[in-house]
Amino acid sequence: MPDFSIDIQNLSKTFGPVKALDDVSFQVEKSEIFGLIGPDGSGKTSLFRILTSLLLPDSGMATMEGYDVVKSYKIIRQITGYMPGRFSLYYDLTVEENLAFFATIFGTTIKENYDLIKDIYIQIEPFKNRRAGNLSGGMKQKLALSCALIHKPKVLVLDEPTTGVDAVSRKEFWEMLKKLKQQDITIIVSTPYMDEASLCDHVALIQKGKILSIETPANIRNAFSHPLYKIAYPDMYRLLTTLRTFSEAVSAHRFGDSIHVALKTRTGEKEVRSFLEEQGLKDVALEPVRPNIEDCFMDLMNDTHD
Amino acid sequence: MKKFLGFVKKEFYHIFRDPRTLLVLFGIPIAQVLIFGYVVTTEIKNIRIAILDQSKDDVTREITQKIISSGYFELQQNLESSEYFEDIFKTGDVKEIIVFEPDFAKKLGKNETAKMQLIADASDANTANLIVNYTSAIIGDYVQKENKLLNIPMQIKPVVRMVFNEKLKSVYMFVPGTMALILMLVSAMMTSISIAREKEMGTMEILLVSPLKPAQIIIGKVIPYVSLAFINAITIIALGYFVFGMPINGSLTLLMAESLLFICLALSLGILISTIANTQQMAMFISLFALMLPTILLSGFIFPIENMPVILQGISYLMPPKYFIIIIKNIMLKGTGFIFVWKETLILMAMMMVFIGLSVKNFKIRLQ
Amino acid sequence: MTDKPIIKVVNLVKKFGNFVANDHLNFNVYEGEIFGFLGANGAGKTTAIRILCGLSHPTSGELEVAGFDVYKQSEQIKKNIGYMSQKFSLYENLTLRENIRFYAGIYGLSKKEINIRMDNLLENLHIGHLRDQLIGSLPLGWKQKLAFSVAIFHQPKIVFLDEPTGGVDPITRRQFWDMIYQAAKDGITIFVTTHYMDEAEYCDRVSIMVDGRIEALDSPAGLKQHYHAENMDEVFLKLARAS
Repeated sequence: MPDFSIDIQNLSKTFGPVKALDDVSFQVEKSEIFGLIGPDGSGKTSLFRILTSLLLPDSGMATMEGYDVVKSYKIIRQITGYMPGRFSLYYDLTVEENLAFFATIFGTTIKENYDLIKDIYIQIEPFKNRRAGNLSGGMKQKLALSCALIHKPKVLVLDEPTTGVDAVSRKEFWEMLKKLKQQDITIIVSTPYMDEASLCDHVALIQKGKILSIETPANIRNAFSHPLYKIAYPDMYRLLTTLRTFSEAVSAHRFGDSIHVALKTRTGEKEVRSFLEEQGLKDVALEPVRPNIEDCFMDLMNDTHD
Repeated sequence: MKKFLGFVKKEFYHIFRDPRTLLVLFGIPIAQVLIFGYVVTTEIKNIRIAILDQSKDDVTREITQKIISSGYFELQQNLESSEYFEDIFKTGDVKEIIVFEPDFAKKLGKNETAKMQLIADASDANTANLIVNYTSAIIGDYVQKENKLLNIPMQIKPVVRMVFNEKLKSVYMFVPGTMALILMLVSAMMTSISIAREKEMGTMEILLVSPLKPAQIIIGKVIPYVSLAFINAITIIALGYFVFGMPINGSLTLLMAESLLFICLALSLGILISTIANTQQMAMFISLFALMLPTILLSGFIFPIENMPVILQGISYLMPPKYFIIIIKNIMLKGTGFIFVWKETLILMAMMMVFIGLSVKNFKIRLQ
Repeated sequence: MTDKPIIKVVNLVKKFGNFVANDHLNFNVYEGEIFGFLGANGAGKTTAIRILCGLSHPTSGELEVAGFDVYKQSEQIKKNIGYMSQKFSLYENLTLRENIRFYAGIYGLSKKEINIRMDNLLENLHIGHLRDQLIGSLPLGWKQKLAFSVAIFHQPKIVFLDEPTGGVDPITRRQFWDMIYQAAKDGITIFVTTHYMDEAEYCDRVSIMVDGRIEALDSPAGLKQHYHAENMDEVFLKLARAS
């Protein structure tokens, strides 16, 4: 049996009529970055709250580093670093005071674990006397991460750390996570941004409390079962509405400057062209394209759609 | 312990960095005392009185003179009989009738107690109280001065009667009421809001997943407010004493100890509220309606409990400020010691225990 | 899309004390255009949107929105725009119908008109069955789509969308953009902010703000060419990192 850091078995949780988690099971290996990818309301936050012992599951069990999240919640709370969905900082305290506070309540000091947060904290240290409320989104995120790391946790639970943060800060954030991984910290992170999936070692796609797929990002992309083409045309809206009427197409979704069309059969390329020409769309740019995580996610979503 | 101290330090930062909190903590108490002191208290000036002097001797004339020359009162008419009292109140602007019994000076001379009757129009209860108090004070002053000259102590007994509102007994005094109100506000509302704020900001999640124990979180939240509320209590008493001449007849230590007890009670209520309220708004709402209004309306602070419908009288027994006000009045005005307030003290303690018990039971170590 | 400017911004400056949130912004938005307004957190986007919506006054500069002056005619501006923010803006404890009635009522639509448009809307989105449901009980994706429908219910000239698709699943996100396209086709100018760079590609033109200034403004294709970038993500990173 491989050395798991997190082991989740048949976890379910309902809130009134809503099934937040529906028989969820997966394992996270030691010191990997595990991504939980899904839109708002898919159950990510509930799962993380169960892992951090803030919520009790209705059924099923979960362990982190071998400790049961329900029975050994005191130990769980010592070994996890948790960054909730909103940046849980005290906006009326300065950067340094925030960090010092979180250090003291975990019974440590900034000095003791400075090595671990150095790379991150150094970027916001010039502003250490500024109130956290006056920081930009990216800097708040870095401070929140520093605070979650200050007690040297074994597992880092990050709930949508990049939501609402601009593309640059997001990129920097993932670079930081990569470095942390090398310090033997297991990281489980959730995000609604599909493009961030490729930065994880394993990802679980989650929708309506159900896990759609758990794989390495590469395998998820390889598992895409339809031939996929990228099509562009000056009038994109027309192209899109036309493609949606094409009987050979499984789906047509806009992707940046082009449209991704998944076809039923591999011989589709010519058929697409002739169909579009019939509809008066000539000289479309068409080429095969490798599916990305978002293609896969939408495909899996369609499969499970009721 | 270090964790805990770090927590308390953080709480103080919160308080001192938020101008609004500071204003509520220090501005409002002072403003409230001054408002109640100056505005709500009707000013006593040129109050019209009538006198029925059935003795017409030197002493009664002297007392009458003293009352009128005090500047607070103005003699409207001299009465010849007691028949028309009610009519006089009803028709004129006479607010008080002073009656001297027959043979007033003679009785004093025989070392007997001479009786005076102070009849006040109590349709405005607060003013009536003030008027009677002022009159009694003037008489008391006269007696004291005379006694210094005489060998035999002079004994005048003013008998107070309130018309139109006979049952009025409570002495209107704004300081105890304001104190109860403010300590309630500062302690209960501020703690419940500050805990709710952590829930709202999401920082409570982090505190919960940290190794801090619930008790540490609660006590850490409460300590700054205990000290600040205590400072408030002192401020209010000082204002009452120096600005409004409110006496402190009893033991100051006992007064402070009782205040501390009440503060702790209010804080435990605040914590209880915060276990129910998830947002600052909610905490504020509950504090205002569940604490402030009853404190003002049902504790005997402004409206005498004796005049309330029976149901409300019953409810008033559940109001902690009621007991605190009784205790404070006893200590400050009557100068009584612990023996006279132990019952109320015990009730407050019991209430506090219940609130703390409920809070501990309700405080969740998890979400939901 | 026409070449008639519906938003004119000349030398817009907004200062908060010493801090310059908007530093001499200059741009036009044309009628029927989908205009992407991008920038890092804290670059000054929200400040600019607030000014354009007539919610706050600029420190200096000349601005016209829907033909009205932002200094003197903010009331007229408000009548001619729609607004939807990243935080959902319909009342959770009212039904869809009640929400629409309320918002349409604010803009002075007659009862008859409201009913006709509401029927159209419900039919177009195939959501007749949701009419009497509490908004709070709907999934996020639907809420966002409905908030958008309500924001354009009074047929404004311009609609401002502040991160309308945050946290929404990829399929709903695309459905949302279909609605945006439909609205643009109907002649409503779209002014939209987003952190999803693929969505930037869906805009006719995109401006990118860095530290209070507009560093780039062009069509997505033009920007990619100019910055030798594969996609808008790269363009954005190049611009924002350079600062």
